[in-house]
Amino acid sequence: MYFKIFRTTILMVLVSFMLASISFAFKPKKEEWRPADTTNFVSKFYKENEGCFKCHGEKFYEYINEAQGTTIRHNMYIERFINRDLFYKSNHKNFKCTDCHSEEYMKFPHAGELRMESMYGCLDCHGNDEKYAKYHFEEIDAEYQQSTHFQMEKEGFTCWKCHNPHTYQISIRNTENLTKTIAYDNSICLNCHSDFDRFQLLSDKKEINIIKKHEWLPNQTAHFQSVRCIECHSKANDSILVNHLLMPKDSAVRKCNECHSQNSILMASLYKFKSKEQRKDGFFNGVILNESYVIGANRNEYLNSFSLLILFGVIGIIGVHVFFRIIKVNHKEDES
Amino acid sequence: MSHKLYLYPKWIRVWHVLNALLFLVLIITGISMQYTDKETNSFIIEFDWAIALHNFAALVITINYMIFVIGNVMTKNGKHYMINWRTIWKDLLVQFKFYAFGMFKGEKHPFPITEENKFNPLQKFAYVFAMYAGFPVLIITGLGLLFPEINIKGLFGVSGLLMTDILHITVGFFLSIFLVIHLYTCTLGSKPTTLFKGMITGYHESDEH
Repeated sequence: MYFKIFRTTILMVLVSFMLASISFAFKPKKEEWRPADTTNFVSKFYKENEGCFKCHGEKFYEYINEAQGTTIRHNMYIERFINRDLFYKSNHKNFKCTDCHSEEYMKFPHAGELRMESMYGCLDCHGNDEKYAKYHFEEIDAEYQQSTHFQMEKEGFTCWKCHNPHTYQISIRNTENLTKTIAYDNSICLNCHSDFDRFQLLSDKKEINIIKKHEWLPNQTAHFQSVRCIECHSKANDSILVNHLLMPKDSAVRKCNECHSQNSILMASLYKFKSKEQRKDGFFNGVILNESYVIGANRNEYLNSFSLLILFGVIGIIGVHVFFRIIKVNHKEDES
Repeated sequence: MSHKLYLYPKWIRVWHVLNALLFLVLIITGISMQYTDKETNSFIIEFDWAIALHNFAALVITINYMIFVIGNVMTKNGKHYMINWRTIWKDLLVQFKFYAFGMFKGEKHPFPITEENKFNPLQKFAYVFAMYAGFPVLIITGLGLLFPEINIKGLFGVSGLLMTDILHITVGFFLSIFLVIHLYTCTLGSKPTTLFKGMITGYHESDEH
């Protein structure tokens, strides 16, 4: 009878626990964490920009040769093609083209010497600006100056080699989908490191084969999908958003425990924003995921304390049992 | 007067010794992996070695577990793991009271060991949960960690891989606790070493009959 009541109570507690966790898990996400909806974004410079996109936003462009009276069609040079949709989703979507490019570009055909115009770097706009202080652009630039990219190719390498100003999206801090962030960030690296034509613009190496070079890595595909290239190939810096001190390949992380440990380097890079904010959602998440990383750092203080409590409880009970057994043995010896 | 019962045939003894040794390797390497530090690369043993040993021991213990299950199906040993659900709660309480008080008062074992009843209710209950619930979960989640691509992607906003891992270490922890209790209860024979001896010779010795 008592056991039935006990069992029913335990069952009810478990069911309530599960229902509570499910309800928490399906709780709508907080508004502030929803990524900005850019599908209906209309730039106030749309009309001006459309003048440029008419050619640079298409795969081919055409113009009338007035001298001959013919219509000329040409493929748009891929490096000069700007994806209109991606531009209006990017961080620079509020700009008009001539904010960064010469007003002279408004004339067509463009004057040849415009090709020589100097391009802005990130710090030209973002440097020493309190509005952008939280992004630590100066620190990023200092790291970049020491990185192997810059050291090997001081002239050719610029911010734009990795971050296309027309499509760049700051992706990690407010992300809801870390997998997408990883894919986005890795695509920046793979843009050169898997495309031999682009790679050759800056390097004389004869081949690139990312898969072959990472053959030693267990579960290579899972690693590529779960972490960014920079996690292993850059020096972690806790004060900036994304590490920019890219290291030579010989200095890359190769020891499993650098990531798979309690103080995993991923906590200083990939998970440093996500772990604190996104894990608040859901019932289990906060409890299970803090300081968590599969193999090694899946400990968390609650589970740790709970398991230690159980372990010492068991050892304590055994100790008490042993104590009474010793008393019993002594008692028996006294009697005999 | 003591009497002897042949309770543990050779295949069970070999299985048991192998299971115990492999489980110890798994606990030590598991703890080592869990607590390896980023800087030192080693907690009990080096991280890479811990992984390799853990994977190897896990593979062998899985095969050993299959032998245990097949052996129980093919031989009469399986009947010792049949729980009588109608009386189990009452029997557990009786056995628990014996361990907590009865044995100190000199009471006789409430469920004396016979060829038909090799395990007392507490043993039976613990062994069934350890071997038929704990072990399969440990093996399945272990396979999930060995081949991460087979895991579900996520559940309730939590990564499937992490859920698998949490389940793996939680069940591993409880089975380790089971091992501690199991080792202690094995000292509760006529003498503290009697039951250990029985697991080597195959004969259970008891002062009661």
